[in-house]
Amino acid sequence: MGAYILRRLFESALILLGITFVTFVLLYLVPADPARQIAGRSATAETVANIRDQLGLNDPLFVQYGRYLWNLAQGDMGRSYLQRAEVADLIAARLPASLLLMLSAIVTELVIGLTIGVVAALRRNRPVDHSLMIFSFVSISAPQFVIGILLLYVFAVKLAWFPIGGYGTAAHFVLPSLTLGLLGAGWYSRMMRSSMIDVLGQDFVRTARAKGLAKLRIVTRHVIPNAILPIIAMIGIDIGLFMSGIVVVESVFGWPGIGQLAWQAIQRIDIPVIMGVTMVSAAAIVIGNLLADLAAPLIDPRIKTK
Amino acid sequence: MKRTLLTGIATAALTATGALAQVDQNAPQGGEMVVTYQDDVATLDPAIGYDWQNWSMIKSLFDGLTGYEPGTTTLRNELAESHEISEDGLTHTFTLKDGIVFHNGREITAEDVKYSLERVTNPGTRSPGAGFFSMIEGFDAWNAGEGEGLSGVEVIDDKTVEITLSRPDATFGHVMALNFASIVPREAVEESGEDFGREPVGSGAFRLAEWTPGQQLVFERFEDYHREGVPKLDQVTFSIGLDPTVALLRLQSGETDIPGDGIPPAQFLQVMNDPAQSERVVEGGQLQTGYITLNTQMAPFDNVEVRKAVNMAINKDRIVQMINNRAVPANQPLPPSMPGYAEDHEGYAYDPEAARQMLADAGYPDGFETELFVMNVDPNPRIAQAIQQDLSEIGVTAEIRSLAQANVIAAGGEADQAPMIWSGGMAWIADFPDPSNFYGPILGCAGAVPGGWNWAWYCNEEIDARAAEADAMTGEGQQDAREEAWRQIYLDIMEDAPWVPVFNEQRFTLHSEGVGGDDALFVDPVHIPVNYDYVHSTEAR
Repeated sequence: MGAYILRRLFESALILLGITFVTFVLLYLVPADPARQIAGRSATAETVANIRDQLGLNDPLFVQYGRYLWNLAQGDMGRSYLQRAEVADLIAARLPASLLLMLSAIVTELVIGLTIGVVAALRRNRPVDHSLMIFSFVSISAPQFVIGILLLYVFAVKLAWFPIGGYGTAAHFVLPSLTLGLLGAGWYSRMMRSSMIDVLGQDFVRTARAKGLAKLRIVTRHVIPNAILPIIAMIGIDIGLFMSGIVVVESVFGWPGIGQLAWQAIQRIDIPVIMGVTMVSAAAIVIGNLLADLAAPLIDPRIKTK
Repeated sequence: MKRTLLTGIATAALTATGALAQVDQNAPQGGEMVVTYQDDVATLDPAIGYDWQNWSMIKSLFDGLTGYEPGTTTLRNELAESHEISEDGLTHTFTLKDGIVFHNGREITAEDVKYSLERVTNPGTRSPGAGFFSMIEGFDAWNAGEGEGLSGVEVIDDKTVEITLSRPDATFGHVMALNFASIVPREAVEESGEDFGREPVGSGAFRLAEWTPGQQLVFERFEDYHREGVPKLDQVTFSIGLDPTVALLRLQSGETDIPGDGIPPAQFLQVMNDPAQSERVVEGGQLQTGYITLNTQMAPFDNVEVRKAVNMAINKDRIVQMINNRAVPANQPLPPSMPGYAEDHEGYAYDPEAARQMLADAGYPDGFETELFVMNVDPNPRIAQAIQQDLSEIGVTAEIRSLAQANVIAAGGEADQAPMIWSGGMAWIADFPDPSNFYGPILGCAGAVPGGWNWAWYCNEEIDARAAEADAMTGEGQQDAREEAWRQIYLDIMEDAPWVPVFNEQRFTLHSEGVGGDDALFVDPVHIPVNYDYVHSTEAR
C-alpha cells in the first residue's frame, strides 16, 4: 500500500510537470505580448521594451521555462505581472473560498442526485420516474450561467430568501452550491438509478425478499450500499468538472475564488497567475483521482490496489 | 434621464465666478456608498495602475500637484498653491500648499515631488506611464537607467520645486494631473516595496481602510484632507466580483448605489424604459472615439481615394442604433467633449452610390477583398458585421477576424498584418482632456512603429511638425490659437482619411436614490464611473 501511494505520488508529480510545460508553451505561443498588456495604451515603445527586458520575456522559451521551474522548485511561483503581488498569496487568499464551494457543491449534488436516483429506480417507468429523469436531463443540459441568474432572480431578488451574491455566511452558500451541484446531481441521479436497477435485479436482493425482510430495510441495508459503490469513484473525477464550473459560478455570484482569478488573468495574459492557477487546479484533480482510487478498496474489498 | 454636456459645463466653469458653480458646497457631509465591480482591483499604486477601474480609485487616494475642477475638464491646482511658467515655457515652478499631509501624518515637501517623479520614470518601476514625462529634462538618460535621477526636477526649498523641460509643452499641466504624477511618501513605498499597490499611502480625500482580495475594498474619509469639506462621504465600499447583471439586481433591491461596470447592454432598454430607473440615469459625453483604421501601408488602402470611398460607405447611424443609441455618430477623430472639436465639420456623408463610383475611379470597379480585425467581445463583432455589410454594398468583401483583445492589438502593431481594425473595446479614450492626446500615439509618426497604437500606420511629417508647433504654444494668450491649430490638424488628417471615425460613446451612469450631487459628478470626464470625492449621501445629516 505504501509503495503504491509513493508510486502514484511520483506519477502525479510527473503529470503536473507535463502540465506546466504544456501550459507554458501554449502561453508562449499565443500571439499577444504580455509586456504590451502591462504597459497599457499610451506606453512608448521604449517603455514596452524595458518591461519586456526586465521580465526576461526576450529570452528563448527554454531559458524562460527553466527559470520558472527553478523558482518553482524553491517554492516561488513568481509575482503577478499586473497586480505585482505574489502569485502564491493571490491563490492562498482565494483557494479556501473555492474549496468550500466545491465541498458544499459535492454534498449538494450527492444529496440531490442520489435521492432522485433512488426514488426514480424504485418507481421505475412510472410518472414520478419520468418527471425526475426529465428534471435531471434539464439540469445536465442547462448552462450554469443561466441557472445561476435564474436562481438569483427568483430566490434572492423576488423572494429575498438569500443574499444577492457575495460571500461570508451560510446563506451565501446555498445558491452557488445549488448552481454548481445541479449539473452533477443530474449525472448522479441517472447513474444511481441504473445502478440501483442493476442491484435490485441481483440474486441477493431476491434472497432478502424471500427471507421476508421489509422492503425499506432491503433498500437501505442491501441495495443502496451496493449501488453507491460505482458512484464514489466518480467524485474524484468530478473535481475536474467543478474546476471549469467555478469560473462561471464564481463570476455570477461574486464568489472570491480562484475561478475569478483565473478568468481575469487569462484576459490580460498574466502568465505567472495563469500558471499558478493551472497548477493548483491540476494538482486538485490529480489528488482527487488519487483519493478516489485509494478509497475504492476501503469501500469495496473486491477492488485491490496494485 | 438627464443629459449633461461636458463642453457646456467646461465653458460655464471657466466663465462662472469661483468656477465651482456645479459643486454644491452645502451638500451634507457623512454617510456611505457602495459601488460594485466585476473584476478585482489590479493595483492601487499610482505609478502602475492604468485601467479605468482603478484610475478614479487612485484619484481619490492620491493627489498630484494639479487636478481638475470636479465634473469638468478644467485644470486647477491640487497640492500646488501656485504654478508659474517662465516666458520661454521651459521652467515650471510649483509652490506647495501649507499644512498638506500624507495619510501617515507626515507633511508633504518638495522632496516628495522629486522622489515621486523619479520613481515613476525609473525603469525599475516599470510604469506604463513613464513616457508621459518625456518632456522633462534628463528624462532620456534617467529612463534608460543612467544617472542619479531626473536632472530637470530641482528642489529649491521645502515648499518649492522647479521643473525644467527640454521642450515647451502646453500639455504639461495635464501631465502633472495624471495619476502617474501623484505624490507618494518615500518611506511608505520603500517599506512596502512591490506591495505598495496593496498598501497605498497617499494624500487623497480617502484612505484605504480595508482590502479583502476578491471581496471588497473600503475607503474611509481622510480627516486631514487639504480641501475643507471634502470628501462628502464618510465611506465608500467597493464590492468586488459581481457580474454586471447581478450588480444591477442588487441595485434594484437597494443593496448598492452604483454599478461600477455600467448598465449591461442586455438590460439597457429595460432600464431606460422603466421611468423609475431611467430618472436616475445620467448621460454624458466621453473622451472616446470608436473608429476603423485603414492601414495606409497596405494595398489597396495605400490609395487615399479608396480610404475616402470606405469613409462614405459606412452607415454610422445604423451602427449607433444597433447599440441602442449609446453613442453619437462621429465624423472626425476628436470627440465632441474635447477642446478643438470642429462643431461645423460635416465629414464624409454616407453615400454608397458615390463611394462605389469613387472606388471604380480608383481602379477597383469590382471592389476588392480584405480583412477586418475586431475584438471578440459584444457588441464589437456585431458592429463588425454591420461594417462588413456596408462594405459589401460597394463591392468590398471583408472577412471578419474576431480575436481576443491582446491578439488584435498585436496584429495592429505590425505594419503588414491588419488592413482594417474596428477599434471598439480597445482604443481610444483620452488620458487627459487635451486635443494632442488623440494624435501622438494613434495618428502620429511616433505611434507608427512595431508595437505601436497607430494601426493605420499613418505618418504625415508635415502634420507631425504642426503638432509639435501647436504643443509648443505655451503662452497665456495662446490657448485659443492652439486649440484652432489642433482643430485644423484633425480636419487635415481627415483629408487623408486614415480612419473612418464611427461614433463617440456616451456614458450612462445609473445611481441609487441614496447618492446625490450635481449630474456632472456622475459623468465626470476624468473620474469613471463617478467622482467619489464630491458625490454625497442623500441620507446624511
